[in-house]
Amino acid sequence: MSLRRLGSIVFKELLQLRRDRLSFAMIVGIPTLQLVLFGYAINLDVRHLDAAVLDLADTARSRELVAQIAATDVLDIEHWLASPQALEALLREGRIQAALVVPRDVEARLERRDRPALQIVVDGSDQVIQAAARQLAAFPVHEHVGWTRRASPVEVVNFYNPERRAPVNTVPGLVGVILTMTMVLFTAIALVRERERGNLEMLIATPVSPWELTLGKVLPFIGIGIVQVTVVLLLGRLLFDVPIRGSLGELYLAALVFVIASLALGIFISTLARSQFQAMQMSFFTFLPQILLSGFMFPLAGMPVAAQWIAEALPLTHFLRLVRGIMLRGATLAELWPSLAALGAFIAVMLAVAVARVRKRLD
Amino acid sequence: MKTTARPTEPAIEARGLTKRFGDLVAVDALDLEVRRGEVYGFLGPNGSGKSTTIRMLCGLLLPSGGDIRVLGLEIPREAEALKRRIGYMTQQFSLYEDLTVAENLEFMAAVHDVPRRRARRRIEELLERYALADRRGQLAGTLSGGQKQRLALAATVLHEPDLLFLDEPTSAVDPESRREFWDTLFELADAGTTLLVSTHYMDEAERCTRLAILDRGRLVADGSPRALLDGLPGRTLLVETPSPRQAKRALADVPGVIALTQIGTSLRVLAADGAELDGRLAAALRAAGVEGHVRPTAPNLEDVFVAATRKPLPEAA
Repeated sequence: MSLRRLGSIVFKELLQLRRDRLSFAMIVGIPTLQLVLFGYAINLDVRHLDAAVLDLADTARSRELVAQIAATDVLDIEHWLASPQALEALLREGRIQAALVVPRDVEARLERRDRPALQIVVDGSDQVIQAAARQLAAFPVHEHVGWTRRASPVEVVNFYNPERRAPVNTVPGLVGVILTMTMVLFTAIALVRERERGNLEMLIATPVSPWELTLGKVLPFIGIGIVQVTVVLLLGRLLFDVPIRGSLGELYLAALVFVIASLALGIFISTLARSQFQAMQMSFFTFLPQILLSGFMFPLAGMPVAAQWIAEALPLTHFLRLVRGIMLRGATLAELWPSLAALGAFIAVMLAVAVARVRKRLD
Repeated sequence: MKTTARPTEPAIEARGLTKRFGDLVAVDALDLEVRRGEVYGFLGPNGSGKSTTIRMLCGLLLPSGGDIRVLGLEIPREAEALKRRIGYMTQQFSLYEDLTVAENLEFMAAVHDVPRRRARRRIEELLERYALADRRGQLAGTLSGGQKQRLALAATVLHEPDLLFLDEPTSAVDPESRREFWDTLFELADAGTTLLVSTHYMDEAERCTRLAILDRGRLVADGSPRALLDGLPGRTLLVETPSPRQAKRALADVPGVIALTQIGTSLRVLAADGAELDGRLAAALRAAGVEGHVRPTAPNLEDVFVAATRKPLPEAA
C-alpha cells in the first residue's frame, strides 16, 4: 500500500467530483429534498380531515358536542347535512373523509351511557384515516359533557401520544435512508464508470493495487457522507425541531460506521455490475428491502419472522436502532453495541468479497 | 535500474501462447520473439488477436496456454513486477477526460511512483516534446484526436519504461498525425526503448524493424518487412482496367493466379512464378471482352498478407 498512490486516487476522485456538477448537486440536494418531502409529507398525525356533520338531535347540547370535537382540529367540518343519504353521497364522492353523526336521542344516550353517544363514519379505504378516527373514539364525551378547561379538545390528541410529531420519528430514520441511497449509488457507479470508460484497463497495467484503487475511490465519499449527515441533522433541527438527546459525537461515530457499511455494499455491487446502468439497477434493488424492512416505514415487530431475518442482515435496520436510540432516547453506543457490531460484521464481509473480486485482470 | 535481465535476452518471448474465450480461439499457439530495441509490429485485421496478445503479454489477461517471458519475468506470475517497467497505451483513449492535461500526467506520475521532483521535470519535458505545453490546463476530453494520442503517449512513457505496448495507437488520428506519431516512436526506439505496436495500416507496418502478421489468432508470417517481401512466393502484377469488377471475374479462374485484390481502378494479382502468365491474363481479359493492361509491379506488405492468408486485408489503407 503506497500512501502517495492512494492519495493521488483520492485527489483525482475529488477533482472529478468537483467538475461533475450533477453529482456535486446531489450531495446536498438529495438530503435537502428528501428531508423536506418526507418531513412534511410523512405525517402520521393526521389532522384536518374534510368532514361533515349530521346532527339529528340539533339541541344546544349536541351543537356544543360538535363544536368540541371540531376544536380538536382532527376534523374540519365543512358540511352540515340534513340526511344520511347526503352523507353517503359525499363520502362516496371522496369530498369528505369522515362524518360525525349525532343521533336523535343523543341526550338520552349520554344519560344512560349504555350505547355510544356519537358515531364517526370514516372512509375505510384509507388506513391512516382510520387510525386518526380511532383517536377521536377516545374523545371523552361522557366524562366531560360539561366542557371544562382541563379536558380541552387539543389535549385529546396529546393525551394519547405526547410526542406524536411525525418528523421526530422520520428525521433520524431519514439520515439512514439518505445515506443508503447516495452512498451505495455513488460508489457502485464510481468504480463501474472507470471500467466502462476504459480507464480501468489503463490503471491495472500500472503498479496500483486493488486496495489502493478501492480505498482511494471510497475515501472521498466518507467525507461526503458526513457532510450529508450534517445537512440532515441541521435541517431537522431548523425545520422540524428534532432533538438530539444523546451524544453528538457518538451519533457521528454511528453515522461513520454506517457510511462505511453502505460504501462497502456499493463497492460490492460495482464488482458485479458490467455497466453504470446495471450498477444503478442493482443499487435500487437493495434500496427497497432496506427502506421497507428496516423499520423505517413499518415496525419490525409486526413483520413475519422471515422478513425479520432479512431485516437483521440489512445495515439500515441496525443503523436505525442506533440513530433512534441516540437521538430520541438519549442512549449511548455502549448500550447499543449489538447494532454497532452487526454493522462491523457487514463491512468486513462486504469488503472481503469485493476486494477479492477487484482483480487486476480483465478476465 | 533499467534492466535486470541479461541484455542479450529477448525483450519478449512467447511459446505456444493461446487464449480461448469459450469456444472461440482468439489466439492460437503463437510463438513470438521480440529483441531489445526493436520496433516490432503486429499487423492484422480487427479480430486477428492483436489486442488479446498484447493484453496477455502485459499480464492483464490470463493465457489459456503457453509460456511468456517479458523483460526476463515470467508472466503472468510476475506481472506486478513487470507493470513497473512497461508502458501500455490502450486502443481507446483511457485517460480521464474530465481531468486536465497536466492533472492526468500528475496522476499517472503518482500512480507509477515517479518521485515528485523528477515527475515535475519529466512532465515539463514531455509537454514540450509532445507539443502540449499550451494545453496543460485544458480538459483532456476537449483535445483533438492527435492531441489525445500524444497525451496518452506522454502518460505511457512518463516513468521511462523499458518496453512499450501500443495497441493501434493511430486508429483515431489523421494521416499527417500518424506520420508524426511514428517519428516520435522512432525517437523512443533510438533512446533504447523496445516497442511493440499493433496496426492495420500497411505504411506503418513497413516502418517496423520486424513484423508479425496475424490472422484469426494465428501467426501467419514474421520477419523484417524486407525479408517478408523478398520471401514472397511468385510475382505481383497490376492490371489497369476501367472495369475492375469484370476483370476480376474474368481472371479468377486463370491457372497460376493465387489471389486478386481490387484497389481503385486497378487489380493486384498475386501470381505463381513464370512470365508466361502475363500472356494468359491478357488473353483471358480479351476473351471476356474486358479492356485492360497487365504489367509487373513491386510487391508490398499487403501482398505478403494476401499470400499468407489467401485473402485481402479488410481494413487496408
